[in-house]
Amino acid sequence: MKKLMTGDEAIARGAYEAGVRFASAYPGTPSTEILENIATYDEITAEWAPNEKVAMESAIGAAIGGVRSIVSMKHVGVNVAADPLFTWAYMGVNAGNVIVTADEPGMYSSQNEQDNRNYARSAKLAMLEPSNSQECLDMVKAAYELGEKYDTPFMIRMTTRVCHSKSVVEIHDRVEVPIKNWEKNPAKYVCLPANARPMRVKLEERLKTLAEYSETSPFNRVEMGDTSVGVIASGICYYYAKEVWGDKASYLKLGFTNPLPAKLIKDFCSKVDKVYILEENDPYIEDFVKMIGCECIGKDIFPKWGEMTPDVVREAVGGEKPKMIEFDHSKLINRAPTFCAGCPHRGLFYRLGKRKDIMISGDIGCYTLAAGAPYKAMDSTVCMGASISLGHGAQKAFNMGDTGRRVVTVLGDSTFFHTGVNSLINTVYNNSNTINIILDNRITGMTGHQQNPGTGFNAKGEPANMIILEDLVKAIGIKHVFVINPNNLKEVDEAIDKCLAIKDEPSVIITRWPCVLKKFSQADLDEFDNLFKTKNKIDPDKCIGCKACLKTGCPALNYDKVNKKVHINRAQCVGCDVCTQVCKKDAISKED
Amino acid sequence: MTKSILLVGVGGQGTILASKILTLGLMEAGYDVKMSEIHGMSQRGGSVSSQVRYGDEVYSPVIEKGTADIIVSFEKMEALRALDYLKEGGVLVVNNEQIDSMSVITGQEEYPDDVLDIIEAHAKATVINATELARDLGNEKAANIILLGTIIKSMGLEQIDWESILRANIKPQFVDLNLKAIKVGMEAV
Repeated sequence: MKKLMTGDEAIARGAYEAGVRFASAYPGTPSTEILENIATYDEITAEWAPNEKVAMESAIGAAIGGVRSIVSMKHVGVNVAADPLFTWAYMGVNAGNVIVTADEPGMYSSQNEQDNRNYARSAKLAMLEPSNSQECLDMVKAAYELGEKYDTPFMIRMTTRVCHSKSVVEIHDRVEVPIKNWEKNPAKYVCLPANARPMRVKLEERLKTLAEYSETSPFNRVEMGDTSVGVIASGICYYYAKEVWGDKASYLKLGFTNPLPAKLIKDFCSKVDKVYILEENDPYIEDFVKMIGCECIGKDIFPKWGEMTPDVVREAVGGEKPKMIEFDHSKLINRAPTFCAGCPHRGLFYRLGKRKDIMISGDIGCYTLAAGAPYKAMDSTVCMGASISLGHGAQKAFNMGDTGRRVVTVLGDSTFFHTGVNSLINTVYNNSNTINIILDNRITGMTGHQQNPGTGFNAKGEPANMIILEDLVKAIGIKHVFVINPNNLKEVDEAIDKCLAIKDEPSVIITRWPCVLKKFSQADLDEFDNLFKTKNKIDPDKCIGCKACLKTGCPALNYDKVNKKVHINRAQCVGCDVCTQVCKKDAISKED
Repeated sequence: MTKSILLVGVGGQGTILASKILTLGLMEAGYDVKMSEIHGMSQRGGSVSSQVRYGDEVYSPVIEKGTADIIVSFEKMEALRALDYLKEGGVLVVNNEQIDSMSVITGQEEYPDDVLDIIEAHAKATVINATELARDLGNEKAANIILLGTIIKSMGLEQIDWESILRANIKPQFVDLNLKAIKVGMEAV
């Protein structure tokens, strides 16, 4: 049966067909939909882990325990999971294990664009790179067969265009794979130095075997055509190359990319006049091709950053470009993403941005948008959970001077569970005095509403144990904890004032109000009154057009240039009342 | 010959559903299809696009500038932004809707009054009021399916069984509304 699937959906389907029984992940664009889709299969235990390291370790455990497992994450997630990853490669599998990394050339939703193929080379893992959804499915299935045969975990490297592009896939039934026996085997599973040394030698032997397999792997294939140009490409770049050269070139399409097939590459290079290497980000293939003594053209003409889309390739090789309409770009208005109407982050950042002489240490989530206008309420963002620990260091530095400057850290509920909790332990233990705000919108928002340890539900939507944030931070040792409604500006101001007054101890503010786009649970409806059920209106007789409400950055508000009044877009307004509290003329009220 | 359809708009306008229905119809009709979109919750309020390509064998899921056979824009500023994707003689359908971005709302930028004039100075455009047409049908949210109707007509895809595609993919109570919406869209171009 044929279906149209994204790469993420096809990975999930491949795992299902391969008899996978355990999956774990932490959400991150563009990888999130892999686990979301796996969770729809009853045969697979699917879990959101608090972070990628935990997800990786759970999947390793499941594989050692005897069932095929998969773990998926965005590229930066592999940094978090790198510790178990490198040692897991030494150990080898019992049942097969697949690690999916979803890289982001072009950084559509990421803070960097690292090329995770370097992880496979560095950790000496077998790696596959799919170029369309069909290959996503086929490669996952092959990874379990090959992984169990050669005793190695497999990395599958995807990129945004592979993850989020749909293409036609042939699907099949699931094949049940018996649970393998687990036996005590410390020489394989206990990585203390005495065991790791022989494993290290074995790892090199395994790489040699895999390199031989790579030469004949069906995922590495030659398509001979016109021999004046030869293109070596992996992943989506193969299709970009076909788009540019069509039948005017020969291709070596690489899908099994660690270890790379030296003989196959040498042979291909000898048959064509010149060789282009098409790959996104680092010269991963190119370095290898040059190392084995083949001449090629790569990153000396192609950019090392961004996507290698056909227009970029044409530009680099001096090919003919399609004619396009030229127009005056100065007429374009900027349209960056914004907080939604009713977003519970709005009230907090509207007020926090007005505070003078504080440093706001931010984190990864929708709330990173607070860095922009009109809030300008974020001074640093590095990685998941960094807000609290980076803020701690900055506060220590400020405390050495005489400015009296205070640090306010902000991060979401899911980000707090991810790695923020470790950082808060550090803050307490090392006697800090930062103000730490946990934006508890009752869901993992930015990646599209995944459950987390604080929501009361698991990845399958079943009721789960719920960790209470205020209990957790008190247990860590925070003495000053304030739980507030961020839509109530007075509560926001008072909580910040109280925390700033506590000069030598750390404090935590939990802003508790659900994401406006969340599908509310019964518990949400019970806890929060009138959950986005009302609409506000403006009394045009009272509105003086001062635009104070517009500074809250709400997309439901517009300024009517003709009448010089503010107008509320009824379709967007959800009655959060942030604008109502800002209006000095009492011009905003509830609709009847 | 691969055909390229570009749908652009503002996050939350329903470009994703329209392109989903479109790609399913194309697949049912036996074409090779690829669709690419950049999405995510954090794109809300930002510029969004869905790129659909179909033919005997589609290579790149990404449309190059100057090659789109049709651009359908759910918002007029986004039509201007996408203008350099249109191929010579390509079809341009613009929903005459203005959505102010945050920079406009907060007064850092002004939304120009002459967006449609600029577009029409460079390309032949069909301007329709999809939101109004949808309101006439009884539901503003059907605007995206009206715009899908303009693609179906413009690309000559009327022979595809859109009714069964809709039945299989949307709630039963909305099927009739959306069938009407496709028809309205087809008549608008």
